[in-house]
Amino acid sequence: MMTTDASTISIAHIEEAAHPDTVAMQTFGFWLYLMSDLILFATLFATYAVLGHNYAGGPTGKELFELPYVLGETLLLLFSSVSCGLVMLAVHNEIQKRVLIGLVVTFLLGLGFVSMEILEFRSLIAQGYGPDRSAFLSSYFTLVGTHGAHVTFGLIWMAVMIGQVAVKGLTYPVQSRLMRLSMFWHFLDIVWIGIFSVVYLMGVM
Amino acid sequence: MFGKLSLSAIPSHEPITMTAVAGSVVLGLVILALITYYRKWTYLYKEWLTSLDHKKIGIMYIILALVMLLRGFSDALLMRGQQALAAGGSLGYLAPDHFNQIFSAHGSIMIIFMAMPFLVGLMNIVVPQQIGARDVAFPFLNSLSLWLTAAGALLVMVSLGVGEFSKVGWSGYAPLSGIEYSPDVGVDYWIWAFQIAGIGSTLSGINFLVTIMTMRAPGMTAMRLPLFVWTTFFTMVLVVWAFPVLTAALALLTLDRYLGMHFFTNTLGGNQMLYVNLFWTWGHPEVYIVILPAFGIFSEVVATFSGKRLFGYASMVWATAVITILSFSVWMHHFFTMGASPNVNLFFGIATMLIAIPTGVKTFNWLFTMYRGRIRFTTPMYWTLGFIVSFAIGGASGVMLSIPSADFVLHNSLFLIGHFHSVLIPGALFGFFAGYYYWFPKAIGFRLKENWGRRAFWCWLVGFYLAFVPLYVLGFMGMPRRLAHYADLTWHPYLLVAALGAAVIMLGIVCQGIQLLVSIKERRALEDRTGDPWDGRTLEWMTASPAPVYNFPKIPVINEIDAFMDMKEKGIAYERPDRYSDIEMPKNAPHGLILGGLAFLFGFAVVWHIWWLAIVAALGILFTVIARSMDDDIHYVIPAADVERIENERYRQLAAVAK
Repeated sequence: MMTTDASTISIAHIEEAAHPDTVAMQTFGFWLYLMSDLILFATLFATYAVLGHNYAGGPTGKELFELPYVLGETLLLLFSSVSCGLVMLAVHNEIQKRVLIGLVVTFLLGLGFVSMEILEFRSLIAQGYGPDRSAFLSSYFTLVGTHGAHVTFGLIWMAVMIGQVAVKGLTYPVQSRLMRLSMFWHFLDIVWIGIFSVVYLMGVM
Repeated sequence: MFGKLSLSAIPSHEPITMTAVAGSVVLGLVILALITYYRKWTYLYKEWLTSLDHKKIGIMYIILALVMLLRGFSDALLMRGQQALAAGGSLGYLAPDHFNQIFSAHGSIMIIFMAMPFLVGLMNIVVPQQIGARDVAFPFLNSLSLWLTAAGALLVMVSLGVGEFSKVGWSGYAPLSGIEYSPDVGVDYWIWAFQIAGIGSTLSGINFLVTIMTMRAPGMTAMRLPLFVWTTFFTMVLVVWAFPVLTAALALLTLDRYLGMHFFTNTLGGNQMLYVNLFWTWGHPEVYIVILPAFGIFSEVVATFSGKRLFGYASMVWATAVITILSFSVWMHHFFTMGASPNVNLFFGIATMLIAIPTGVKTFNWLFTMYRGRIRFTTPMYWTLGFIVSFAIGGASGVMLSIPSADFVLHNSLFLIGHFHSVLIPGALFGFFAGYYYWFPKAIGFRLKENWGRRAFWCWLVGFYLAFVPLYVLGFMGMPRRLAHYADLTWHPYLLVAALGAAVIMLGIVCQGIQLLVSIKERRALEDRTGDPWDGRTLEWMTASPAPVYNFPKIPVINEIDAFMDMKEKGIAYERPDRYSDIEMPKNAPHGLILGGLAFLFGFAVVWHIWWLAIVAALGILFTVIARSMDDDIHYVIPAADVERIENERYRQLAAVAK
């Protein structure tokens, strides 16, 4: 699904100057957006690195994090990426039914991830360890929550795309939107790997 | 129902504020009444507010920038007036609270709502035409960026009459900007205005990068790009890299203020210097974001009016690239006094000094371009010459400040204010003015009167020196920045001169206003009927003035740097194509305007904690985006016959001029 290597761009540029290849341009633009979003996450990671040990007498990560639970979350998100990949294969073969099933499965897995995260946050807040307890918890909730908000936005986008595939079919614009959605979804997966390693694994060490 | 908002939010006890509010409201009502009287609402809505044409979007950006320039300059006049009066026993006319709002608003407005729209506006008008394209990559996103910027500007303006603006400076240092020390809505206005406009800027950055990377005319290889396109490219690289950091920093400050978190607070583990680092990680590149486009403009102007190809083209491109990269390695020079180790300070000091090298390369290139050229002293050229001389002073004072030990003495003094105004006013603003005079005929169709332009230039230049040279002296005398009142009377004479300087600059702005009115009145005599009023070198002068909606009936093929000059020399500049073909262009769309309006509502609602309105606005934003994304029918076709008719008219006019 990676279509924006240098050759595509230059071909689009030379042959289609009068009618630029909009899909290639949209994909490239979306890459740039992902890059800028990654910088946003990088800033939050840096903030976590600076403040992550400022417990202010409150609990530490070691006391709060339950790795098996987080592993469950992680698996839900990773499998949603697999099913998202299968969706793109079905898009490539233009099998609408499989696309729809795949999107619904991806959506449910993503929903499961977000729900588990919300439950985790709720239980922390209920114990009195909300984001206002210490700088560590502020940066923890913000980093993980920003990722969760991105996944939630991805779910809304996915719901819209399920509707578009069902109503419009796999038209050219719909296919190109699905491609960007899958880029977004895989991107969130990669960010989560960073969070899992830096926040949770290093947190319980 | 209305959150923290009540009638007491209107500052009715502040006569100066109320006069400004009344003035703005009356002016706004007069404009609305005139539009209604001349029945121009439909025209305005269909041809401008919902337009996706990059040239019109550019003009609207520049109108926004000029309006905000007036606002930001009024703030400057008030500050200079206050400091000229408030010495010793006199307290002046501004209470400290009000003075603090004014300097915060001045900085915020000049950077985010004057410089940014001005440069993005010029890029919009010029870049697609310079690369031989018909539009930007994402015309709708372009309109959205405009209206998000306008929404942010409107928030700042509304803070004048409803509530108050931030009192903690344009950089909003924590913990002063935290809820504990700034419990009122001022900082919230500042946060949301920056946040909304900042998202618009990030989108512009993505848009122009894709445009320049993918939409160049055949043969327009990297090293044939006009220099303004190159500086736009690097500027937008900086925007895409730097603005997300600002977005994050402001979001963290927001969480501190709204949800009681502890990123930058004094208690429970917060770290104030983290805010300062994050802010300047964006803030220093931002300086280059506003200055690099101006460097591009100077390069175009110097080449055109010297009648020569730009000297050292490749070194210009590489100098811009080096500045782009170095700009991310100097942010700590804004706070050498933080207490980092001498080695850290040394690193950032040296990195800062290094920036003088590529900048010096550029300066010499401009000088050598003029050397042995046939220089025409037009207004754009005046601004360029004024820039080269004045910028050297600002640059030299910057190198002084880059020495950490010197910075410890000069930090936070008026020397710093003198320094950054003498880089940003000649470096950025003079460049935007040069671009404004240079491309005005291209955008509007007629030139601006030269005589009033020269008067404006001399007032600005003389006023600039009068206003800022005394600040260097005052810095050495130990006067800190941001003083509403001072007891040391030895400072007073210098501040009187600075106030006189501001008044002379005001005369310059008046000249520019007169120039615009006189030029509109005499537009027939000043009309540009060839599309090439300056004997230009780059592709934008190939089109008519103003260019048709599709810019180029047939995409030109490029063989040289300064493509249009090359074509003129070969005699093929105005060749008619054998036949015209249909052209597909984006349809106008109201969604950008609607989203801008909703973003403003959202910003206003969260500033005042009117949660129901915030939710309604957020849902509105979501549904408008979804509605737009559903629409697959976003283009319309201009038939070849229509193109031919428009082009025939253009050739008839060219023939008439040639006679």
